[in-house]
Amino acid sequence: MTDYPTFEHDVIVIGAGGAGLRAAIEASGAGVSVGLICKSLLGKAHTVMAEGGMAAAMGHNDDRDNWKVHFSDTMRGGQYVNNWRMAELHAKEAPDRVRELESWGAVFDRTKDGRINQRNFGGHRYPRLAHVGDRTGLELIRTLQDHGIHQGIEVYMEVTVLSLLKDGDRVIGCLAYEREHGRFRIYKAKAVILATGGIGRAYKITSNSWEGTGDGHALAYDAGAELIDMEFIQFHPTGMVWPPSVRGILVTEGVRGEGGILRNSEGKRFMFDDIPDNYKDQTSDTEEEGWRYVTGDKNARRPPELLTRDHVARCIMREVKAGRGSPHGGVYLDIAWIKEKIKDAPEHIKKKLPSMYHQFKQLANLDITTTPMEVGPTTHYVMGGIRVNADTQESTVPGLFAAGECAAGINGANRLGGNSLSDLIVFGKRAGEHAAIFAKENGHGTLDNAAIEQAAKAALEPFERDGGENPYTIQHDLQEMMQANVGIVRQHDEMVEALNGLDALKSRAARTFVPGNIDFNPGWHTALDLHNLLVVSEAIARAAIERKESRGGHFREDFPGKDPEFAKFNYSLKKSEGGGMEISKIPIPEMPDYLKEVIEEMG
Amino acid sequence: MKKATFSIRRGGRETAEMVDYQTEISEGMVVLDAVHQIQAESAPDLACRWNCKAGKCGSCSAEINGMPKLMCMTRLDTIPLDQPVTIEPIRAFPPIKDLIADVSWNYEVKKRIKKFKPRAPDAEDGTWRMSQEDVDRVQEFRKCIECFLCQDVCHVLRDHNKHEEFIGPRFLVYAAALEMHPLDTEDRTGDLKDMHGIGYCNITKCCTKVCPEHITITDNAIIPLKERVVDEYYDPLKRLVRLFRKK
Repeated sequence: MTDYPTFEHDVIVIGAGGAGLRAAIEASGAGVSVGLICKSLLGKAHTVMAEGGMAAAMGHNDDRDNWKVHFSDTMRGGQYVNNWRMAELHAKEAPDRVRELESWGAVFDRTKDGRINQRNFGGHRYPRLAHVGDRTGLELIRTLQDHGIHQGIEVYMEVTVLSLLKDGDRVIGCLAYEREHGRFRIYKAKAVILATGGIGRAYKITSNSWEGTGDGHALAYDAGAELIDMEFIQFHPTGMVWPPSVRGILVTEGVRGEGGILRNSEGKRFMFDDIPDNYKDQTSDTEEEGWRYVTGDKNARRPPELLTRDHVARCIMREVKAGRGSPHGGVYLDIAWIKEKIKDAPEHIKKKLPSMYHQFKQLANLDITTTPMEVGPTTHYVMGGIRVNADTQESTVPGLFAAGECAAGINGANRLGGNSLSDLIVFGKRAGEHAAIFAKENGHGTLDNAAIEQAAKAALEPFERDGGENPYTIQHDLQEMMQANVGIVRQHDEMVEALNGLDALKSRAARTFVPGNIDFNPGWHTALDLHNLLVVSEAIARAAIERKESRGGHFREDFPGKDPEFAKFNYSLKKSEGGGMEISKIPIPEMPDYLKEVIEEMG
Repeated sequence: MKKATFSIRRGGRETAEMVDYQTEISEGMVVLDAVHQIQAESAPDLACRWNCKAGKCGSCSAEINGMPKLMCMTRLDTIPLDQPVTIEPIRAFPPIKDLIADVSWNYEVKKRIKKFKPRAPDAEDGTWRMSQEDVDRVQEFRKCIECFLCQDVCHVLRDHNKHEEFIGPRFLVYAAALEMHPLDTEDRTGDLKDMHGIGYCNITKCCTKVCPEHITITDNAIIPLKERVVDEYYDPLKRLVRLFRKK
């Protein structure tokens, strides 16, 4: 019998970013006991990095907006391989979720008539992003945190989950360790919600923090759940490129929403050169029209800088490859130019983009109100993740739910900026609601002590070896390889090479050595994270090899075109009985007539 | 490549020593990069907190050459490198290990502050109307990233250990954000005076100086709250009124 401290709750939420917090609030509101496990301190999750805003068709700035337009924008942006039901629920429910935040104390920027102000963003036909300057994610997480602490949710900070525990087919809790003393813990739960965010740390250049190691993806996969759409990675077009230590840090799309433009080293505004056919009639053909759009002219069409992220990232890559990049391998993002158009431009920029102003001033010694920024693509978001039921967010494993970035479906092949924060609150709520229902209908399971002992023993192995591999070096090598071989531009041979490389890295990861003891030891943590990174990297590579076409965040040099055959299914990855990764096609169900009509109506 | 030496606190809750590490310096590096490099090269078990690496999450607070700062926003070219750069955890709270301090007290304090209580929605669509001018000052307070550097430099906490009686600048800013929220109907003035110890603040403005978000903590948050307390409890006329009311 194991004698690890055991904590019992009806619902355990793993991850305390926007989705996890929203799920915890909903579940505890439904009257069940909730434990919330955070990898870091509460309120520090990657959600704080979201800058631009949350998309919700409230129509405050343009009354032509409604859920139908939002739905069709999301489907178009995702290149129609989205889970249409999720896209529908998201578009319909986001406005209520945003208003709810206001009733919990969030203070959004206001319109002249005192309503929540909405800003333009890539791929959204109308101004749709509720925002607070360029720190919307902080506002979201703080609002949920400050509301949640009065709800009786038990918060476990700096606790890392090692594996999910099962009773038969069903998930009944997790094994974790608390960071300070490195001691194992068991969390028993009638339902578990994963809300662990992304996988950016699988890549060298990323906007993600150390936490984005695909924990939820790997935990779910190991527990037998399916992962879908893993080939679709969003490379955000504008990350910082200089100095080297800040490479990858995000530069919000809000810069372009406020009128920022992209230029190459020849001073040319290159985004006008390549506008995809399905966006031609929504995109302006002149610089003058683009400016009118960002300043609120309802008759103007959006500038090409506000095309979808996958496309903008590729255009930047094209300019750099053609030798028209900036000195440090990016292109120029210029917001300072708006001084030609408005009087108090520097003040306006500081007011609208305060954290961008500070970020560049402090980290790059550059004043964005006078000088263009150097930017280039950075690994930002994974569209793929745990396959869930659209309405309940339950995974393919009973008792296991997922929400937010670690769940998949809503975004299809490419996510629109601003759809992430709204995804967190729409599906966080749904996950909390349905996990609570599940918990009320099911009792606690029976723990399998042998499985717990085995997982705990495996976790301690890096201390028991007499020397071995440095986990930081393995992580670094993995990131280099994924960046080079399964990055923005992909081709078959390189990805096969990556699969072989992953095998080699797996055997190295089985030989890690960590000095010191189990007290708050980041080296140990890095060693444990490797498994998760390797699982998601393999899933990405396998799915990307199979998808022999280019779509959204997945671009194949050897198959540059879009193939309608591939629009009919999603790729799913699952652990086979033998332990290997199995890939299969899941047909996309036919859209009901009323949604087809919406797509047709919106053009 | 140029090298620099970093003298970093190593140890647990009880005992610790300063250990020197050398690492290479490249253009644009911040202190957190140096700590990461040292972790990867020579001290894998060196504990530090960090998340966003862009000054937005407030995790990597530390004392760099004795100055409370975010490690991720402190460029090496702004500090002298001809002598060892000291890095220590923030001192107003007990150390846990290496650069990590036990900041759990802050999370307990926040729970004691009465939560947001909005008035009933009064716009036709079931929400509220607020003008930008009315939310500007609250938005300043809501920029706070909870790095607790203001708590760290506050002498009431740091030197006098009044953690039992005083909530510190961070939570006075939090209380101000609630009190000045255009929709809020709760009254926290009594608590500020009695439970939260606002009287302890003697306006030395050290907190304002170290705030990485440039929140004007003392002038915009604490002083107006102090004025509310004074108006409510020390205004002779109001005291008289209260005296009669009590009867």
